Amino acid sequence: MDEIVRFQTVGLRYGMGPEVLQDLSFTLTPGSFHFLTGESGAGKSSLMRLMYLAKKPTRGSVSLFGRDIASLRHDDYPTLRRRIGVVFQEFRLLPHQTAFDNVALPLRVSGMREKEIKKHVEELLTWVGLEENMAAWPETLSGGQQQRVAIARAVIAQPKLLLADEPTGNVDDRIAARLLHLFEELNRLGTTVVIATHNKSLISSSLHPIMHLEGGRLSIEDRESEPAATVETLPRSGRL
Amino acid sequence: MALLSRRTDLPFERDDSSRYLPWLTAFMVFLASLTLAGVFAISDLAGTWDKGLSETLTVQLPAGEDERTDERRAAAAIKILEATEGVEEVALLPPRQVRELLKPWLGAAADAGQLPLPQIIDVEIDRDGIPALATLTEQLRRAVPGAAVDDHGAWMSGFLRALRSAEAIAVLIFLLVGVATVGTIVFTTRAGLGVHREVIEVMHLIGAHDRYIAAQFAVRSMMLGLRGAAMGIIAAAMVLIAFGVLVEFQGFGVLPGIDLSLGAWIAVVLLLPATGLLAWLTARITVLRSLARMV
Repeated sequence: MDEIVRFQTVGLRYGMGPEVLQDLSFTLTPGSFHFLTGESGAGKSSLMRLMYLAKKPTRGSVSLFGRDIASLRHDDYPTLRRRIGVVFQEFRLLPHQTAFDNVALPLRVSGMREKEIKKHVEELLTWVGLEENMAAWPETLSGGQQQRVAIARAVIAQPKLLLADEPTGNVDDRIAARLLHLFEELNRLGTTVVIATHNKSLISSSLHPIMHLEGGRLSIEDRESEPAATVETLPRSGRL
Repeated sequence: MALLSRRTDLPFERDDSSRYLPWLTAFMVFLASLTLAGVFAISDLAGTWDKGLSETLTVQLPAGEDERTDERRAAAAIKILEATEGVEEVALLPPRQVRELLKPWLGAAADAGQLPLPQIIDVEIDRDGIPALATLTEQLRRAVPGAAVDDHGAWMSGFLRALRSAEAIAVLIFLLVGVATVGTIVFTTRAGLGVHREVIEVMHLIGAHDRYIAAQFAVRSMMLGLRGAAMGIIAAAMVLIAFGVLVEFQGFGVLPGIDLSLGAWIAVVLLLPATGLLAWLTARITVLRSLARMV
């Protein structure tokens, strides 16, 4: 498979409103890393929704992992979605579940045994600095802590495609750098990453290409792709 | 067994939409239990009467001019009956008993002895071995002109028809209660889907199959259904026992008692797993059909 995501003249509108995305055509290859930028309302979240299969395009074609989503049956969606990790802008943690259970959810829906789930989740939550908050309810966590839970949930199942919508919006620079390292390490291990962000310092700290949305149209700025910082060692060698 | 796991990712405990499901189910199962018990009671009653009356004949001999004629006619009829294959027992009702039987229609005149009363012979038969009724009647009429044989067919067919109609109505009510229960579960499940829409959407986006989500609704529905069914069955059992005691003490006469058979009690108790299964299946199908419409 030489394409993770392929958009061809994709348009999206909500109801009878104007097109919020117009004629998007691009390809994301395995192991690529992109920042997605644009003003508020430019269509970043809509583009993300198309990529994490929450929406279907109103025109054009979208392919994920080599499969045209127009030809997908309803039962095919879970299999594809398990290969995509999503960090939602508003986190979307389940408020009635602890941090541990929120992170464990992707593994549970895929049928992993509880013993293994416990091991992986504890390891990852420790790595993102939440070892003291595993049993905490989301409402008792700060915005930054909730964001880290959301990120841990997105990456726990080793997705092939990681989509993060403003993943560093609520954390300080030190945690932001740490999270970027996490994404880069995942990327180094083969995960295709797209990070939607307004954080200029985050963007300037690396040389990954930028997908820029303006008025629903996309442009891509290629930069020399080299890691800008040393990658921290992650837990579970070979897993993340 | 993953499908019956009690662990849930959905916050059902915060879901007001299913709060009344056990009570509604309890009421439905209460009605269903009484109806089912009624079906069994009617069926048993019909069977008892049918069996009892189908094994007897009544021979009626017209009153003669005097007692000696009556005696001679009765003896002739009894002789024919006793010689008939399939007849097991023949008993001439004493005149006093005939008068008692006719008293509701004739009043005091029946007692006065002024009216010529017919003679009645009770005949117990083996229904399979008895010759055709017309043949027997013909033989009796040759010996006793005016003799009549009644196998209770006309009366029995009307009575049994009424019982079978009542039975059919009870079955219909039982089915309607079942449909109403399914409707209640469907409504509650749909309300639950609305309440938990946000969580379901997240679970979908994380990669949960519809079956995974539906199983959680189904188990929840089954547990609520079982709780309601247990309440309904206990309430119905108390009512049935109380009614049986009341009939026993009051002696309603025509009714042969409301002693439910073991089969009837087993059927009522089986409503418990049946309700659980119905709730599980209904919720599962409802959720799967609803989720199939989501992206």
